Amino acid sequence: MVAQNIGFAIIATIMVIAAIRVVTTSNVVHAALWLVVVLAGVAAQYILLAAEFVAVTQVLVYIGAVMVLFLFGTMLTRSRIGVNSGLNNRYSNLGIPVAMVLFAAMSLALADSFGTEKLPSDGSLVTTQQISDQIFGRYLLPFWALSFVLLAAVIGAIVLARKD
Amino acid sequence: MLVNQFLFLAALLFCIGVYGVIARKNAVLVLMSIELILNAVNLNFVAFALRNGNADGHTFALYIIAIAAAEVGVGLGLVLLIFRNRRTISLDDLSEMKG
Repeated sequence: MVAQNIGFAIIATIMVIAAIRVVTTSNVVHAALWLVVVLAGVAAQYILLAAEFVAVTQVLVYIGAVMVLFLFGTMLTRSRIGVNSGLNNRYSNLGIPVAMVLFAAMSLALADSFGTEKLPSDGSLVTTQQISDQIFGRYLLPFWALSFVLLAAVIGAIVLARKD
Repeated sequence: MLVNQFLFLAALLFCIGVYGVIARKNAVLVLMSIELILNAVNLNFVAFALRNGNADGHTFALYIIAIAAAEVGVGLGLVLLIFRNRRTISLDDLSEMKG
């Protein structure tokens, strides 16, 4: 239990620092690489939460595919690679109070609702078989809808990015 | 482990993502901030799945990962199109629809 908490604290600290770097760094490629750190940290937290299938999917889809898309997007839009001061808009400081108020509201709600409730440490673990039973059983309709969304997104991306 | 430690981490990630969406001008960086927000939501789903002892949260976390991949594909297609037509991806310059 203590080892888990120490692991959580280390990973969470790294994640928060990396996330702040994502939104403050002045280099688009560096932002993408810091985002990799955040996504890997989220995958590690999934492992701590005993969700190994979701963790593997996170690594495959996010770190594998989405990051390649981001790097290609950076490359193709010729956002100047290297230090670029024009990444923030004029009212960027307005974001700080908004984020702080939002976090304060969420903290109050969370502390009020869950307090010091503990996660079950001996509970039955969710297996990949259970997840597939859910996807192809109870949640089949959202799965179909998702397939159509992905198909539409792929076709849409091709149509949008085509040259002529 | 407490439920709240994961929920607080997710809330913090969410707020950092919201700050990024507000503060950034470059469209690719705004999309990255949206990824931060989606990951915060996913962390909540998986934490609640462990708390409630069922697989619903895992299922929806997987669905959200798929939706996020589709969103990034279409989003970057749009950004590419805007860049091709305008030679810039600065969101401040896209103000034609302002009244």
